[in-house]
Amino acid sequence: MAEVTLQSGAKAPKRRNGLVRVLQRKSTIAFLMTLPLILLIGLLVLYPAGFAVHLATLNKGMTRFVGFGNFEFLFGRETFWMVVKQSCIFAITAVIFKALIGFIVAHFVHNIPAKGQRKWRGMLLVPWVIPPAMSTLAWLWLFDPSYSAFNWVLAALGADTIPWTGDPYWARFSVILVNIWIGAPFFMIMYLAALKSVPDQLYEAALIDGANWWQRIWYITLPMMRNIIAITALFSLIVTFANFDIVRILTAGGPLDKTHVFATWAFVVGIESGDIPLGASVSLFMMPFLAIAAVIILRDVTRRGNEA
Amino acid sequence: MAKPKKQSRRQFLASTAAVSAAAFAAPYVKRAYAAGSISVGFWDHWVPGANEATQALVDAWSKKENVEVKLDFITSQGRKLLLTQAAEAQARSGHDILAFPTWYPAQYAELLEPMNDVVDPLIAQNGAVNGTVEYLGKVDGKWLGVPATVGSQMKGPCSRIDLLKKHAGIDIQAIYPAGAAPQADDWNLDTFMTAAKACHAGGNPFGVGLGVTSDSVDSIGAFFHAFGAKLVDANGDITVKTAEVEAALAYLQELGPLLAPDAPAWDDASNNKWLVSGRGAMIMNPPSAWAVAKRDAPHIAEQCWSHGFPAGPNGRFGPFLPYFWGIWSFGRNKEAAKSLLVHLSQEESSRAMVEASGGYDIPAFANLTKFDTWAKVEPPKGTLYHYPDPHGHQVLSIAAAPAPHKIAVQIYAQGVMPKMVVRLMQGESMKDTLNWAENEVEGFMRT
Repeated sequence: MAEVTLQSGAKAPKRRNGLVRVLQRKSTIAFLMTLPLILLIGLLVLYPAGFAVHLATLNKGMTRFVGFGNFEFLFGRETFWMVVKQSCIFAITAVIFKALIGFIVAHFVHNIPAKGQRKWRGMLLVPWVIPPAMSTLAWLWLFDPSYSAFNWVLAALGADTIPWTGDPYWARFSVILVNIWIGAPFFMIMYLAALKSVPDQLYEAALIDGANWWQRIWYITLPMMRNIIAITALFSLIVTFANFDIVRILTAGGPLDKTHVFATWAFVVGIESGDIPLGASVSLFMMPFLAIAAVIILRDVTRRGNEA
Repeated sequence: MAKPKKQSRRQFLASTAAVSAAAFAAPYVKRAYAAGSISVGFWDHWVPGANEATQALVDAWSKKENVEVKLDFITSQGRKLLLTQAAEAQARSGHDILAFPTWYPAQYAELLEPMNDVVDPLIAQNGAVNGTVEYLGKVDGKWLGVPATVGSQMKGPCSRIDLLKKHAGIDIQAIYPAGAAPQADDWNLDTFMTAAKACHAGGNPFGVGLGVTSDSVDSIGAFFHAFGAKLVDANGDITVKTAEVEAALAYLQELGPLLAPDAPAWDDASNNKWLVSGRGAMIMNPPSAWAVAKRDAPHIAEQCWSHGFPAGPNGRFGPFLPYFWGIWSFGRNKEAAKSLLVHLSQEESSRAMVEASGGYDIPAFANLTKFDTWAKVEPPKGTLYHYPDPHGHQVLSIAAAPAPHKIAVQIYAQGVMPKMVVRLMQGESMKDTLNWAENEVEGFMRT
């Protein structure tokens, strides 16, 4: 009996030690610390996403499974393809301009002496910090069909007024402009952080070699910022494709559906017109394309990271 | 320390039985809210003070019936009310009673408690409901909700007395005299067009929206009805390519350029602003625009007059937008919910709601459309007398009727009719516009 007790007593500390070792591993601690967030994402993101996929496979009355029937139906609709085209125009144009403006402004801010830089950074971030629904309402008043502040200024200058939200092309311009205004500061701050991490010695060496401004940008700045540019563009592309509030508040998709994007059209079809499965299908349409883009871009980022 | 007394199994059973018997035999003590509780979601009214009147009526009922009521006022801004309906329908959980505008009782027909035992006696008591209320609220012989006073509204014309006289020589008060039946034989679409031309030339165009929100769709829908134009008939057959639709579109194509220049971009606030700014000679809206003018621009409110729609070849159709109070079939306290809705549908309750809304709300029942609120509000006295159509000279209608509900809601929500008008105004041919509309409507047929 005493022998048995001795044996089991010897095994227990070994198991405990093993458990302690597992718990002491950095990866285990990291996993445990992120577990609440993982659970939260599972609950608030994965479950609704899975439910949306389920809804997209049902008929209008949500009584039977139709597989890809909703997508087949959408592919035959003229309005759907118009929404696809507009969403691409909206997202791609907005992301290009946000990146361009963010890049230029980040350089300006980077060159401001450190003492005054914080003030500028704070001010330039304001459009991104204000809740979009609120700032878009302010833009709505500026673009108001009858009482636009911009038109008031134009009229005062003797110029023709512009139907900002009444003409399809001006309406597209307006929604893209507001998206750029809200999103450019995000690019600016990300690029600024990237710029600050580029070693000054590289520029000094390039100057000694006689490189001009453009060559320094092309051969030093851009390659050093490549990863951050790729990740920022990908993130912004996904968010811009999913945009709802700006279009909904400014134009509600009009005139003649010419400013609808996936989310706003999905809302009209799903909630207002009572076809929730079709609305879910519209909102899920871009998911595979964006997922493929994300995999390609992130794979390149990882590869470059490994090379470095 | 005393040793705890050990209880035998027999003693435990005996004492448990005694406690149970005492509990069942005890006299029923009536407490506050002894009859349970209900949860109610009503539409959050635009008119300040209107919610308080509903709250007071609910509180009085709650006190009398000993039922606890949790009352939420849910805004329709940002489609919050529709989102609440969709979420509760999916979750099979939420309020016992919920407000449903226009098409949405039919949308959730399978999930709503039949209300015939409430509505039929109310009709016997308060008079018949108009055809639009019956079309929207009764499906396959089953009443899906109680026609609500709160939120039900007309979207007929509200004209500027002075500007119509000045530009078009029309005395709208003579056509629609306060306290008397309309003298509207000559108030037809031709007169309307002549007046629109004159007011446009005079710099005060009519403010009829051509956007895709409810106000625009309701107004354009009434013009379609005036011509007998339907995109889909009651049997669900597509009737886009008909002489009536073409006639309505031709009329609206001529009218469009005479309206406010930015009418295609209008939302539900635009017509209000158009009237209050003093720029327009007429809008199509409930009296909320007049109420805002009364507060912000009294000199304009003094010149406003609500009246009937112009008659067309098919008759005179007033745009009517009813609300319903429905009870979810998964509601927990249906009997109490029905009792509350009966209380809110009594004449005195309706009178209080109409009064608190300044005449905005219109009860659906015929006997309740003659309250003195509409006759006495001012300025000018009698401005709302004809708003609820007290002499019944119009057919109260809704755009996209009489199509089956699940098709009509899509025609309505996607603003197909105003879009057709705007396409024509932008130079598209009639043939292309009709083809486009037919294609759109075909897409709404899926089940």
